[in-house]
Amino acid sequence: MQSIELVCPAGSLPALKTAVDNGADCVYVGFKDATNARNFTGLNFDPKAMREGVNYAHARKRKVLLALNTYPQAHNWADWTAAIDRAADFGIDAVILADPGLMAYAAKTHPQLRLHLSVQGSATSYEAINFYHERFGIQRAVLPRVLSLPQVEQVIANTPVEIEVFGFGGLCVMVEGRCALSAYATGESPNCNGACSPGKHVRWEQTPKGMETRLNGILIDRFDDSERAGYPTLCKGRFEVNDETYYAIEEPTSLNTLELLPDLARVGVRAIKIEGRQRSPAYVAQVTRVWRAAIDKVLAGADRFTIQPAWMEELAKVSEGRSHTLGAYYRPWK
Amino acid sequence: MNTTRISVGPLLYYWSRQSTLDFYAGVADSAVDDVYLGETVCSRRHELRLDDWLEVAAMLRDAGKTAIMSSQALIESESDLKALRRMVAQADFRVEANDMSAVRLLAEAGRKDWIAGPTLNIFNPDTMQLMMEAGATRWVVAPEMSGEAMAALLSEMQTRPETEVLAWGRLPLAHSARCFTARHFNLQKDTCEFRCLGMSDGIVLRTREGEPFLTLNGVQTQSARVHNLLADLPEVARQADVLRISPQGSHTLDVIALFREALDGQTSALAAFERSAEWMVDRACNGFWHGKPGLELQLPAGAKS
Repeated sequence: MQSIELVCPAGSLPALKTAVDNGADCVYVGFKDATNARNFTGLNFDPKAMREGVNYAHARKRKVLLALNTYPQAHNWADWTAAIDRAADFGIDAVILADPGLMAYAAKTHPQLRLHLSVQGSATSYEAINFYHERFGIQRAVLPRVLSLPQVEQVIANTPVEIEVFGFGGLCVMVEGRCALSAYATGESPNCNGACSPGKHVRWEQTPKGMETRLNGILIDRFDDSERAGYPTLCKGRFEVNDETYYAIEEPTSLNTLELLPDLARVGVRAIKIEGRQRSPAYVAQVTRVWRAAIDKVLAGADRFTIQPAWMEELAKVSEGRSHTLGAYYRPWK
Repeated sequence: MNTTRISVGPLLYYWSRQSTLDFYAGVADSAVDDVYLGETVCSRRHELRLDDWLEVAAMLRDAGKTAIMSSQALIESESDLKALRRMVAQADFRVEANDMSAVRLLAEAGRKDWIAGPTLNIFNPDTMQLMMEAGATRWVVAPEMSGEAMAALLSEMQTRPETEVLAWGRLPLAHSARCFTARHFNLQKDTCEFRCLGMSDGIVLRTREGEPFLTLNGVQTQSARVHNLLADLPEVARQADVLRISPQGSHTLDVIALFREALDGQTSALAAFERSAEWMVDRACNGFWHGKPGLELQLPAGAKS
């Protein structure tokens, strides 16, 4: 069986070290600015932390991937190309890009730098992935969370590009890179600002009707005393449609594909990505440990793979809304 | 006479075959220049198939319009790709590429006349240049991009693409593998009973305070408010070559006529904006054009909102 890399998130140097110590093959990180899709206050790496992180990982024969997966515009183009130059200088193992213009820049300026196509590139078919491969030589693509397992298999069968899929973590219901909901509500989007439902627009308010969560003034949800109030990610609120109030788009839930791991391995998925650069080192440790153990078991023989209840318990503790879903891998979810 | 073209964007809703054909018969008699055709939202919608759309395209061409075939935005299956290949293989009409899979196929086929659709995420001159080298001649700007950012991009292009801006309609904000219309009816997408059929403008989603916020249209999520650039028309028409009107359940032809009047100076932009109020399915917004949250409305002093 081909190996499967475990790709873990790190929003800070301690998280990076934790991921490495707990068995991540690769850690993905971002700079402290809008060049990546987790541009949150207090998160990410300055040059000093980046250098130390890369050294730490490389000393232990692990890789560091850099997410530069937002879309630069004419006025800030130079910030993104400078970030690519810095990545090459730091000895980053691959940059994760979404913008074709940046890919062309990277391929021309740093031909030795490995390129991954970010999930923000919205490539859901082999025709799209092969476009980036032919033009810019991308070596891996991260699939948006929209395909079923047979569809993933079909992609893999028709491309020379390695395929990485999301295994665990917060779930984007929309095709990544094609969602302007946050831009519509707050003016800040994953595509251009690296942020969805950003914290500075969030208001929590205890009212006689319950705890209300708002995003730029828009009521996203209201919780009574028996409910745990969640962060107002705007696609995960309760809304009214034809007089019915429910999670009209998606519940606050996490993606967890642990039970599909043998199938993902069988169809030839080359890397499993864990979401959560905004999460704590404790989260990174817990999730990395479980997935390391599970991947090792699968690589030792997929037919003998069984899910250990302890794994699911560990993951449930850190799931959003304490529940999980197979997402689009499971057709009825659609 | 103003040379700005008016286009009708692809029909985003799922109307009955007869309503759809009636709509395009009306469009043939309207002041529109370009008409985008085809199903871009959901592969399960089959009231019109590719051959039917090509017939509509031929009818519009005979009426003096430029017909363009729009490709599906979210490609998931092999049959989606097969449909896309068929669309690219026909040479009678230009194609709007709404996904990189379409870009690859069009470039491979040597087409040098295609339109880079709004979901391609072209945000900077370098990417625009790559698309033009691959054969794009027109660029439909992503709705979330501001007028200023669009102008900045264009100012750095050696050869400027023809530029098209969404000027009227609910904003297409997101696509998903999940169908939210089916979900509303507790159905799965694979057995959706085509419940979106005949919903002229989708289903409104409101906040728990009753404020219209979004629109559910199958796997697509739109704004509830109507993106309306009539009040901004002088500036928009200076920047863009083509103004796109997105079809809505009723009064689309009235809106087209109003845009033409306003562009030709028969009515002022502000007067046109005020007249358009009765034809909007919800309140107006134009925030994206001004670099603000999309749902905001920014009007010149003295305007009535």
